Amino acid sequence: MSAYLKQDEPDNVNRLDHMRQGVLGTDASRIEGLLKVTGTAPYAAEYQLDDCLEGVLVTATISKGEVTAIDADSVLSMPGVVAVIDDPSLTARAAQGTAGEAPAQPAREVGYFGQPIALVVAESFEQARDASKHLKVSYRADDDVAFDPEAVEAEPQDGATSQGDLAHAMKEAPFSVDVTYTTEGHSSAAMEPHAAIAQWDGDTLTVYASLQMLNYNISELADSLGLDEDKLRLVSRYVGGGFGSKLGVSEETVAASVAAMELGRPVRVAMLRQQVLQCIMRRSETRQRFRLAAGEDGKLTGFGHEARVSNLPGESFAEPVLQSSHFLYAGENRELSMEVARIHRMTAGSVRAPGEAVGMPALECAMDVLAEKCGLDPVELRLRNIPDRHPANGTPFSSHKLAECLKQGAEAFGWDSGPRSPRHTREGEWWVGTGMASAARVHNVGEAKARVTLKADGTALVETDMTDIGTGTYTILAQTVGEMLGLPVAKVLVELGDTHHPRGPGSGGSWGAASICSAAYLACLALRETLAKRADVAEEKLELKDGAVVGGASLIDLLDGRDLAEEGHYEPGDIADDFTASGFGAFFARVRVNRFTGETRVEHMTGAFGFGRVLNTKTARSQCLGGMTWSIGAALTEAMLFDPVDGHLANCDLAEYHVPVNRDVPDLDVVFVEERDGAASPIQAKGIGELGMCGGAGAIANAIYNACGARVFEFPMTPDKVLAAMPD
Amino acid sequence: MTVNNRPVQYLLDPETPLLFALREASNLTGTKFGCGTGDCGACMVLIDGVPLRSCLVSIAEAEGRVITTIEGLSRDRSHPVQQALVAEQAIQCGFCTPGIAIAAAALLEDNPSPSREQIDAAIPNLCRCGVYPRLVRAIERAGRVAARAEVIDAAPPPAIAPEEAARDVPALRTTTAPPRD
Repeated sequence: MSAYLKQDEPDNVNRLDHMRQGVLGTDASRIEGLLKVTGTAPYAAEYQLDDCLEGVLVTATISKGEVTAIDADSVLSMPGVVAVIDDPSLTARAAQGTAGEAPAQPAREVGYFGQPIALVVAESFEQARDASKHLKVSYRADDDVAFDPEAVEAEPQDGATSQGDLAHAMKEAPFSVDVTYTTEGHSSAAMEPHAAIAQWDGDTLTVYASLQMLNYNISELADSLGLDEDKLRLVSRYVGGGFGSKLGVSEETVAASVAAMELGRPVRVAMLRQQVLQCIMRRSETRQRFRLAAGEDGKLTGFGHEARVSNLPGESFAEPVLQSSHFLYAGENRELSMEVARIHRMTAGSVRAPGEAVGMPALECAMDVLAEKCGLDPVELRLRNIPDRHPANGTPFSSHKLAECLKQGAEAFGWDSGPRSPRHTREGEWWVGTGMASAARVHNVGEAKARVTLKADGTALVETDMTDIGTGTYTILAQTVGEMLGLPVAKVLVELGDTHHPRGPGSGGSWGAASICSAAYLACLALRETLAKRADVAEEKLELKDGAVVGGASLIDLLDGRDLAEEGHYEPGDIADDFTASGFGAFFARVRVNRFTGETRVEHMTGAFGFGRVLNTKTARSQCLGGMTWSIGAALTEAMLFDPVDGHLANCDLAEYHVPVNRDVPDLDVVFVEERDGAASPIQAKGIGELGMCGGAGAIANAIYNACGARVFEFPMTPDKVLAAMPD
Repeated sequence: MTVNNRPVQYLLDPETPLLFALREASNLTGTKFGCGTGDCGACMVLIDGVPLRSCLVSIAEAEGRVITTIEGLSRDRSHPVQQALVAEQAIQCGFCTPGIAIAAAALLEDNPSPSREQIDAAIPNLCRCGVYPRLVRAIERAGRVAARAEVIDAAPPPAIAPEEAARDVPALRTTTAPPRD
């Protein structure tokens, strides 16, 4: 049986608020927590298969050109070496998120330094790695390869907005700002390096891999191998962080599969950390120009945001820098446009919060400059510029909590709305200051299926190929089903990350939770229909709690020895076009800047967020804390640095690519702003996984200015840049 | 050497990193490979009670020493650090978690009520999910639990049955799992 909903209308009935169990929206601890603290949760590289071979990827030492010969004989006589795989099926890049088809092939065509070109397979990892370093490869290398995104012509992107006359508005406005910011590339740097184990039984291929979106990955891998999807099974029960880097099938998964099919033995390919940084998606660097024109009252009359990003030739993805700029602030004269420079660094793709992660901080810095010019409190400037509808296409917002977030966040932080000028507080050698920024991140949902089975013993089982990449999917599914069916969380078993189960939406773009829990919700509604008939009440009147109808029969009695299963199938419909849906929020930061070294320390941060129904206050808060931690990295330390001569990534390990560490992260406050968004999903929830970093780095940058008077226009704001911009 | 209270002799090259011996030869996969260069701390184990990055220690260097991995930290998942990490939700993807649990357990062994400053100094582990603020609270709470000043309700049962986890990672059955009936 199945229950299907294509959502064309908002659902403001809020059924989940009227259920009796009271487990949804609580601070339930994650149900797989004990497995993780005892080291018993199996990640991709940790499945034990007999007779398993080890593969190590060989990577290109040129930036662009072609592999003309691979001399397998140069390593085949080395100890333990079994094969050199250079099959045309090997992929040169990772698939983009939601691609659903094979990424670039063959691997012999080289587009960037460090690209995988072959796989050496041996009995042990050490043997394979040793041989991979000795493999003789001949290349034909191209000359005149472009590495610098500023040194090439860029292609304009579709989707530009041009409305009114921005140049005129800028000229006429009493207050205007024309500033340009740059951001450097970011790496997801998930803690678990990409890994896969493939096993071929002559008919079916089983692959244990570290992937975010099995529903798309199965098509990508099948297409890469020329195999039918029904001959393929992907397993990804635990994923050691994704952040976009595991959205699409990447090179090691295809290579392990090709090798296993060719050699008839299981093959494991685990990337080295350096390989992860070199050949998995980067976030593009950006250059962003803002033109803001405002009247005497601070209300925007003109809004311009133009951005340049980069990618490899042939890649459709362009860091969607303008995504929230299209609707965040008013201004009748608008120019928003993007262009893509084609250069030969590794593939640019999704890294946590593609677009807003770098677009919002830059925009919020420009707004800070405008607030100063207008002589307005930065919070007040934003409050005055919240549009009633999408300022360009006129669609209504599904629900809009920016004003509440600004106000509640300011109160929680203790924001001083009085006159602001830099260098108001000095403590020893440190300047101390505050800054704020708005947060916005578009809300998306995706098609999702989940099977919910009420077992005869009164427990429930949820099955879907949805993944839990650390976000808490296991737990929120147990809570959703527990709430709907009147079961405590401990009575709900959740099985994820296996393509033998119904297709989920995948974890990415913050759409996982709202989409998959909607599918589970639909399945439970159908189950409730059956239970209601058996209990002889209308479904709307059926009250279930602790495994029984309230004041009536137990579920076990109603089930009468037989399991009851329903598959929920959710699909976004017209609501996706009829509304502009977004999560909103506000960041407040206090920093200290060393007057001699330019070093910035974040002392405190508050984030207030409105993203619809909160399914689990603990896991939701963790998402916000994680996003704010990334904000600190984006503001102060994170930058991929490329060699100008051959385009290779110079800082390809965690010693040189600086993610925030414990000592960089102070106490962070998170405020949830109450919201139900019926147009966002049938469970009134929106995406939360990325909002926490969509603007936060701007709050830190604005606090740096307020502390020491340094207006820095380049992210990350490392000590050298702050010092150079600091007034004498 | 002694690994989780059992004598072990690895028939491997003496230069093999302890991390690889533990993961590949002993199937103690709770200790994670995150970088291989000593940057991330996901591979931390206790060596004679000191939390060290096992990717930087060879089995020759570990000879004669007492090694405790995450699987051996407690026989019944009851170590205060493990309970507090769950209760305070200082876990997300879980990949850095074993290393952090090891580092925190060593800290509390020496100092049951560490200050924030001492916690910061003792936990160099990288966590990309950003659990740091929760981590500090979890370690403080684990200290109180260890001192019997507080009790944590048992963490909820895992979503996957222990039998299944043991089947996936067979070594756990023989080295760490409590007897089952």
